[in-house]
Amino acid sequence: MVKEIERVGIPVVHVCTVVPISLTVGANRIVPAVAIPHPLGNPTQSKEDEKALRKSIILKALKALETEVHGQTVFDK
Amino acid sequence: MIRVVHYINQFYGGIGGEEKADVKPEVREGVVGPGMALKAALGNDVEIVATVICGDSYFNENMEEASAEVLEMIKKYNPDLFIAGPAFNAGRYGVACGSICKSVKDSLGIPVVTGMYPENPGADMFKKDIYIIETANAATGMRQAIPAIARLALKLFRNEDIGTAAEEGYILRGIRKNIYNSERGSKRAVDMLLAKLKGEKFETEYPMPDFDRVAPNPAVTDMKKAKIALVTSGGIVPKGNPDRIESSSASKYGKYDISGVSDLTAETYETAHGGYDPVYANLDADRVLPVDVMRELEKEGVIGELHRYYYATVGNGTSVANAKKFADTFAKELVKDGVQAVVLTST
Repeated sequence: MVKEIERVGIPVVHVCTVVPISLTVGANRIVPAVAIPHPLGNPTQSKEDEKALRKSIILKALKALETEVHGQTVFDK
Repeated sequence: MIRVVHYINQFYGGIGGEEKADVKPEVREGVVGPGMALKAALGNDVEIVATVICGDSYFNENMEEASAEVLEMIKKYNPDLFIAGPAFNAGRYGVACGSICKSVKDSLGIPVVTGMYPENPGADMFKKDIYIIETANAATGMRQAIPAIARLALKLFRNEDIGTAAEEGYILRGIRKNIYNSERGSKRAVDMLLAKLKGEKFETEYPMPDFDRVAPNPAVTDMKKAKIALVTSGGIVPKGNPDRIESSSASKYGKYDISGVSDLTAETYETAHGGYDPVYANLDADRVLPVDVMRELEKEGVIGELHRYYYATVGNGTSVANAKKFADTFAKELVKDGVQAVVLTST
């Protein structure tokens, strides 16, 4: 799906847990997530901490969308 | 006696389904689950001395650590041969089988074989490193997969000549081998051309590799004004799954209006995905589709606007052709709706 979205001219960031799969599929902007059943959350944390964690991942994803890339790039910092 | 160690996931190991996908690796002496059929296919000279079982999510979330742990367990049994799976179209299982096969091959130097459906992401990732027998997309293909895996494994162990991918049933590895042919290349080429002109079947000697890559689009220049859409393969749907998106091998996607929605709750949204433990997403679907945070960022002016609709399907054994078709359709809608960027989440 990432490729079809990219193909129509819309930049797309793939937020996912298993980065090697995303690389194989062909996503260009990749942001690693937390875990398979909760990529954007962590049920062991408090509601507030969890939301802050989610926000930090999304801010990273938005940063990736604002960054020019020339090939597949994993934004893991 | 040829010593074999077999690797399977928590499901085939009888430990449990998705709710147990986070179990750490463990080893059991002898055969477990599909190891029975494998043992029968391998014959009397072969003993499956141990079976290593690991949860699919645990392996994929901790790839390096899990690989090392599993390798240690395998090493202890001093195997002559290592077999993993088959994984069919189970993505995480396929990645685990491929990755552990590669690490066993690299560090123990023994032959390794696994089996997968060609669309399994593990196949593309590891087909150049190892032999992967091509299987059906579901466990109904076990009876065909096991004998093919056993046959190739024994051939590798005995150092016999390995035939072409079509002869042995493995997924093309991209390796070319020089062979003598009784006819010259020029004649073979003309024969193929004539067959093609007559509309007859012919087999190319050099299939073109399939590199379906799309170049990245330019970055978003003004995020504060950008309209961002959310898309997910994690199966987040309004409670009750109104479109009845299938829990695996999805044949459709959903388009859902989230105008006015600022938080996904257990009462309003859930996951239709059957390929991961749904407990956490059902309690709070923002953990997969971050509507709450996107709304907040919209309010704070970090992004211009969260697009009114999100799109969702279930990425669980769903064929590449279907996923491509879904996205091809909704991507055009996104363009028409003036969406400037997409955040796509996967489980």
